[in-house]
Amino acid sequence: MSLTQAVFILLGGMAVLGALGMVTLRNLFHSALAMILALFSIAGIYVLLEAEFLAVVQVLVYVGAIAMLILFGIMLTRDIVGRASAVRNRQWPLALAVSAGLLAVLAVALVRAAWPLATYAPAQGGVADLGLALMGPYALPFEVASVLLLVAMVGALIIAREARE
Amino acid sequence: MVPADFLPILVLIIVAVGMSAIAIALSALLGPHKSTPTKLMPYESGMVPVGDARLRFSIRFFVVAILFILFDVEAIFFYPWAVYFRRLGLFALIQIVVFVGILFVGYFYAWRKGALEWE
Amino acid sequence: MIPLTWYLVLSAVLFCIGLYGVLARRNAIAILMGAELMLNSANINLAAFERYVAAGSVAGQVFVIFNIAVAAAEAAVGLALILAIYRSRDTVSVEEVDLLKG
Repeated sequence: MSLTQAVFILLGGMAVLGALGMVTLRNLFHSALAMILALFSIAGIYVLLEAEFLAVVQVLVYVGAIAMLILFGIMLTRDIVGRASAVRNRQWPLALAVSAGLLAVLAVALVRAAWPLATYAPAQGGVADLGLALMGPYALPFEVASVLLLVAMVGALIIAREARE
Repeated sequence: MVPADFLPILVLIIVAVGMSAIAIALSALLGPHKSTPTKLMPYESGMVPVGDARLRFSIRFFVVAILFILFDVEAIFFYPWAVYFRRLGLFALIQIVVFVGILFVGYFYAWRKGALEWE
Repeated sequence: MIPLTWYLVLSAVLFCIGLYGVLARRNAIAILMGAELMLNSANINLAAFERYVAAGSVAGQVFVIFNIAVAAAEAAVGLALILAIYRSRDTVSVEEVDLLKG
């Protein structure tokens, strides 16, 4: 086993561990911290995929912003500690069965499939190539993304205002 | 860059996690455990703490956080353009101006609605 | 070198854990966290396929960036909604939010 494979197993294990903690931990704050572990490990996975820009974006946006927003949300809505409510809802055995079944099907399908692998080429997709793509073929989605952000901003502000009053 | 270039970061993470784990484990193993009510009290600069530490945060923090997250993503979209803007030319510049223009509508909306004011 | 299948299986595992979180948790914020994890696992898939199948194109990374923008917008609006519900109903448990029930 090469070093990169060992690193992949380490990072993947951390990601799965964090994800499991996220869905099982009783304290919502702890489960958000477990989510941060998973998201951070995924940034490492991007490094292994030679997508450094994605790794940086993952840390900046997911770990730095989305996780922080979720922690804020938890602090804003958490009942003063003590009122322990059930973590899972009534349909959790069914949910477990569905998830495990989907995982089994996916795992068999993914391992068996013959992927049309390209020959190994040194990674492209530096930030410059990304800029070329965003300004060229993906120009329209790029502009639409700003509309999406605008709508999200206005919508979130209106809804949050409602929450304030 | 290839993943091998990130080896120092990996080593740094392992060392940092290892050091803190060792420190926590040693203090848990070797330190004396005599807890008195005074010791368990939250430390508040030597004062006797008043009230509960888990106050609910003001929703204003949340509004600021929402604005932060959206402009954070905006910065992500800027970056690929910014490192290469000389080669990308005028069309890309117009594109960025339109992008920023659309987001400025949201910015002015937030401004006019007083989301940036703290009172 | 890491086989493509490893990335795909990791992403499938994360997706299913996230799905379980979405289906089984009661707290609306925990459900949102599960959805974010599912988006992340899709992102791993996109980046992995770009690297191994469509080498030489950056389409996968571009998709991941758009996906992250969508996830950020989702988190902002979703949490604002949860807060609004919390203020009016004083709960974040999805089982107690049944305004549409006749």
